[in-house]
Amino acid sequence: MSALAASARTATHTLLTGDHAVAHAAALARPAVIPVYPITPQTPVLEKLAELREAGALAGDLVPVESEHSAMATCIAASLAGVRVFTATASQGLALMHEMLHYAAGARAPVVMVNVNRTLAAPWGFWADQTDSLAQRDTGWIQLYCASPQEELDTVLQAYRVAETVLLPVMVVFEALYVSHALEPVAVPGADVVARFLPPYEPAWRLDPASPRGFGGTATPAQWRANRLAMQAAMDRAVAAVADAGERWGELTGRGYGAVEGYRLDDAELVLLAAGAIAGTARTAVDRLREAGVPAGLLRLRLFRPFPAAELTSALGMAHTVVVLDRNCSIGSGGIVAAEVRAALHAHDETDVRLFSFLAGLGGVDVSPEAVVGMARYALRPGPPPAESLLPEAV
Amino acid sequence: MADATTFTNATQILEPFRGIKRVTIEEYFTSGHRTCQGCESALVMKLMVKAAGPRTIVLGSTGCMYVANTTYYTTPWVVPWMHTQLGSSGSAALGTAAGLKSLMRKGKMKAEPINVIAFCGDGGGADMGIGAISATLTHKEYNSLILLYDNESYANTDIQLSGLTPYGAHTTFSPPGKVHRLIHRRWKKNMAGMMAAGHPECRYVATVCASYAVEMMNKVRRALTIGGPTFIHSLDPCPKGWDYDPMLSHEMGELAIETGLFPLYEVEDGVVKYYGKTKALVDGRPRKPVREYLLKQGRFAHFTEEDLAHFQSKVDEMWQQWEIPAVVPFRRVDATKAALDVK
Repeated sequence: MSALAASARTATHTLLTGDHAVAHAAALARPAVIPVYPITPQTPVLEKLAELREAGALAGDLVPVESEHSAMATCIAASLAGVRVFTATASQGLALMHEMLHYAAGARAPVVMVNVNRTLAAPWGFWADQTDSLAQRDTGWIQLYCASPQEELDTVLQAYRVAETVLLPVMVVFEALYVSHALEPVAVPGADVVARFLPPYEPAWRLDPASPRGFGGTATPAQWRANRLAMQAAMDRAVAAVADAGERWGELTGRGYGAVEGYRLDDAELVLLAAGAIAGTARTAVDRLREAGVPAGLLRLRLFRPFPAAELTSALGMAHTVVVLDRNCSIGSGGIVAAEVRAALHAHDETDVRLFSFLAGLGGVDVSPEAVVGMARYALRPGPPPAESLLPEAV
Repeated sequence: MADATTFTNATQILEPFRGIKRVTIEEYFTSGHRTCQGCESALVMKLMVKAAGPRTIVLGSTGCMYVANTTYYTTPWVVPWMHTQLGSSGSAALGTAAGLKSLMRKGKMKAEPINVIAFCGDGGGADMGIGAISATLTHKEYNSLILLYDNESYANTDIQLSGLTPYGAHTTFSPPGKVHRLIHRRWKKNMAGMMAAGHPECRYVATVCASYAVEMMNKVRRALTIGGPTFIHSLDPCPKGWDYDPMLSHEMGELAIETGLFPLYEVEDGVVKYYGKTKALVDGRPRKPVREYLLKQGRFAHFTEEDLAHFQSKVDEMWQQWEIPAVVPFRRVDATKAALDVK
């Protein structure tokens, strides 16, 4: 083990909330421009960055703007001017940004943004619900879902490496309150470790009078199509870029990451599948099922866009039953992750796998391990699976 | 070209052109656009960047000056150019200026001032983008000029009314009919006055019209030299939207000034200075009747004498009742009336 890796592994742990953990990560990434706009429960991210800047731990400009739409427009312009940028939002703010999310991806601006999953109005609420970010799945953003403050910190740094490799924006996502405001011991790496991992941003082109270029001209159908196909190709490359960043980070810190994370999967016949911190509850449920003699395992989806269909189906192994927990709902369709998993299984000829879709924890409702065990037992009842619309909402 | 050092952010010192013969010959907005015959806004783009010079970055929000000018591979812009969305001219200017400042601070770009100009139409500037523009005009640490080219309609989508469409004008959203002669009954927003009055960190606001090209270019140069966030409102006659012969664009601009409908002025550090024909009006030269301007345009062809009289009365009010004529609509309470009210 190198001295550097050793120092990284013995890094002092600090008690941090999820929001503050990403603020530390953003500061370590050395962004030059950070447009800021408040929204619960994201605000502590940007407040902490203001503190870090005052303390000299961040050199970039915090730029107060008048809306999230402008926050993203400012990010895009600064990114095309040639600098690294960061911002954070949640819920209504993400919805207001929607137009500019498409724009950032189409302009191939490697923006990194944190979104704290929060319910969308109406009715008004402040609770964990993944529909806000999952509703942005077609915008061309890479999406990574985190389950703990430590993972968020690590993922924000990996996100920059991925974004700047494939030239697509990256959204780092975690749930309101359960993660954003939960305190956990977090290892904050030193600047030396981050410098080894994330080189300074050196774009191939930028807005520069010394080398004039035009960005964002109106395109013909063929040019527009070529742009979208290039984005799709970049998304394909992003799968490997995410794996590479997670692996390299693991070498430096001992905390490696992949597109998916498995738990007790080796001989699992029933697999619980979820994205985000709700997977932690499912993990406890797996232990209880195992104690009861049920060969259960957990698959946590970390990368949602691009959707890691091959990694996911491969990780499922010999499982014959998959229970998907969705803390989100596409009204009129149901669980969004379940729909994606179903498509992935079909594409990989895994048509024998029985898939059960549960809406679990919508609107921040607490989901207990017992409830998840109940879902698994429901899925293991003999006979064909019922029509999905008849499946009970577990909690 | 010298650099100012007296400001927080250095700017290019762009001395005014002393007459038409002293205007530089180089063009930075050239062939390759597809604007209409007689388009004044295209002229505004050309004069704007000619005044600014080569060390300039132009950002354009969605509108006819984006769509007609910037087809892939055929851009007329010689300087770096970027599109931004309809409501984002202000925030794109902010982001670009912040990015450049950081690059120069880190030594990744030569620390020579670069002009950042974001343009927007009346739809993008006075309607959707007004919040972002207002926010940008409070950021004194970033140099940017927002230029609003006002052709008084959503011209890019075939002439719909905007917050800057004049009272009574015929647009596709306000077609005069037999039941209602006038559909659009809202008076045009006062953008330059609003920006000047409400933004204490903005040191320079001006109105321009390309009919007075040298004056226009010099105001652009002044705005860029002063630095910080600045704002220019340009009134651009539009043959298609206003429905007149394209050869009359220049005259149409002159009439807008001579009737007193659109005043030419600047507000620098809070001091109002009138220009050209507007100054003559302030000094007592009679205003031309607005009918001379309105009746040359098809968009007002349905006006009756009553409509013309109402329009004239609103313009008269701007000049006779406003504390600073034609700039801001504030009036002092008559001292005697105030005294009586107290009793």
